[in-house]
Amino acid sequence: MKTPIQFLLNGEEVATFVESGANLLDTLREAVGDLSVKGGCWQGTCGTCTVLVDGSPRLSCLTLAESCAGRAIETTAGLRRGPDLHPLQSAFMERFAAQCGYCTPGMLMAAKALLDKNPNPTRENVVDAISGNVCRCTGYEPIINAVLDAAGGNSRRA
Amino acid sequence: MLEFRKDIFADERDDNLHEIGQPTQRQDMLGHVTGTSPYYDDHRFGNLLHLKILRSPHAHARIRSIDDSAAARAPGVKRIIRAADVPVNLNTLLSLIQFGKDDEPSLAADVVRYKGEPILGIVATSERAALEAMALVRISYDQLPAVFDVEEALKPGAPSVNATYPKNTFEYYNKYDHQKLRYGDVEAGFAQADVVFEDRYQMSPIEHAPTETNGSIAVPDTNGRFIVYTSTQALFFSLDTSAKINAVPSNQLHFIGGTVGGGFGGKVDTLTEPLSILAARLVGAPVRYRFSRHEEMQFGSPRGGERIYVKDGIMRDGRIIARSVRAYFDSGAYTRLSSYAVVKCAAHIPGPYTIPNVSGDVYCVFTNRTPATAMRGFGVTALDFALECQMDKGATAIGMDPLEYRILNAYRDGDMKAHRREAKNTALIECAQVAAEKANWPLREEFRRMSSRKGEGTARPGIAPDRSRAPAVPAPARAPAAAPQRISYERPTPAALPPRPAPPAPPPRSAPLPPATAPAGSTHGAPRFSSVFGTRRR
Repeated sequence: MKTPIQFLLNGEEVATFVESGANLLDTLREAVGDLSVKGGCWQGTCGTCTVLVDGSPRLSCLTLAESCAGRAIETTAGLRRGPDLHPLQSAFMERFAAQCGYCTPGMLMAAKALLDKNPNPTRENVVDAISGNVCRCTGYEPIINAVLDAAGGNSRRA
Repeated sequence: MLEFRKDIFADERDDNLHEIGQPTQRQDMLGHVTGTSPYYDDHRFGNLLHLKILRSPHAHARIRSIDDSAAARAPGVKRIIRAADVPVNLNTLLSLIQFGKDDEPSLAADVVRYKGEPILGIVATSERAALEAMALVRISYDQLPAVFDVEEALKPGAPSVNATYPKNTFEYYNKYDHQKLRYGDVEAGFAQADVVFEDRYQMSPIEHAPTETNGSIAVPDTNGRFIVYTSTQALFFSLDTSAKINAVPSNQLHFIGGTVGGGFGGKVDTLTEPLSILAARLVGAPVRYRFSRHEEMQFGSPRGGERIYVKDGIMRDGRIIARSVRAYFDSGAYTRLSSYAVVKCAAHIPGPYTIPNVSGDVYCVFTNRTPATAMRGFGVTALDFALECQMDKGATAIGMDPLEYRILNAYRDGDMKAHRREAKNTALIECAQVAAEKANWPLREEFRRMSSRKGEGTARPGIAPDRSRAPAVPAPARAPAAAPQRISYERPTPAALPPRPAPPAPPPRSAPLPPATAPAGSTHGAPRFSSVFGTRRR
């Protein structure tokens, strides 16, 4: 028996049917077709599948899809505005903050959650924000620098 | 900040470079930061089926019976795949280059040899349906004695792990049970040496743990061929392996890959493609075979464990005159790539040093552990760890600076290596000199003037150890050859050492102190060396 649910995905209304117990990761990828969300462990340990639910970072593999009804979900697919990259995306590119790229969407969303709440984070804040995200290419330093760069852009714009 | 030493190869280099020395954006970076890079699992098929594998819960057992009748009738199940369904159910990866005998089944038929070994495949409409059906499969086993230690596995009477190699060692050239290296007379060397010491080094298996687990999707094409989307690191290797196991010409398979969510060596083993292709052939629909994280850890091959014994015979003046290495590579239950790692290890003995008496014995051993595979310098990494620990211990034992000890023993151009190949284009001495300079590590003048080039710099023999660096405790007395003294390694505490002489001031960049033999314009003594531009310096 499938249940209908609706939510906002990157600002757009989305409606779909889910099996009871379906997780948000599979719902986004399989039912809605947002392939920017990646699965890494399906058990809440690697952070790869991080998305924002009402602005907070959530492990989509452990989030029940039905619990997201009526909420606003943000993924990497929604970061870009037309041809313009989000400052985090530009900073990741410039700082060489991706190698295999598989952890990148989760890293970006964890970083966005931080910058949305704290536009001028310290290095420690950044480390803390991405501490649940595994990068097995071990490119943490460039990632931290990229997030700080993006935040630096925030303060310049402010 | 990167520093480019333009004084190096100044007369050889063409500085009209467009790429080297400046940042270049990766071609896949935009895809990575926008979440649009096409990993294998980012391809969508309306009627995708899912393959899950039932795995052995035992490290070593005979399969007495399998009852999959209830699973076959379970909701959503399209097909059960058994060992008998695999066209060529015995393979070894390097058979593609005629190296080694086929020893590993895709699905175990009668015996399972490690925990996690695949036994049965279930193709179903969802992963969940496949897993629920799997719970209905009944298998009865007769457990067999298992062996998990490389040296235990080589003892007489140890359980035989791999039916193809009943003695638990890979066979080189269908004849030899290990890789053997002999150069000079290592026993005579130990008998002559002032100090002889041996130690044991060990490395555990290491899982690559890529954030994207191993997986593939096989899709029937419109022309009878199969398109395979895969996470493999080795596209054509996986293609040929899959063709062999499925007994189809390789032109029937169209592999699409290249976007890999982390590999590090853990995605060269063609772990999923043969069975996803077989499943797609049997059911006539696209099939995905994707590892769970647990499967990646349990069944995905790790870097193999290694145990290495190194014995050195050294003279008080710092020369290493004998080195023997005995190494055991834990291949797990099947060969995969460990046989090759052993060859690499044997080729690396005795490290980048000129030692007149060398022996090496390196074994590829089968145990009831997860088969091992490639990972970042496998075969050499752990050996280098062992050898360089041993170098520090040797230097400590005779009271010599560890860097000077390495420079003294470093191979030079023209030296004969233990493999009876002449050393060419060596640069260890210059590397050590530059490293010492960068680290403000004081080297004595004669070591700063040594060179990898034959007949240049300070010659190797006759270097007296620097007694001012000797540890407070006297170096152990020479041991008789019959019972080499084993010294324990203790890093001398700073308090026990006489104060180091003040390091010489680093030479100013603008007015370098050229070593007597360095080419003009060089600040570091590195001889001209370039194979990139095709100019060999010899």
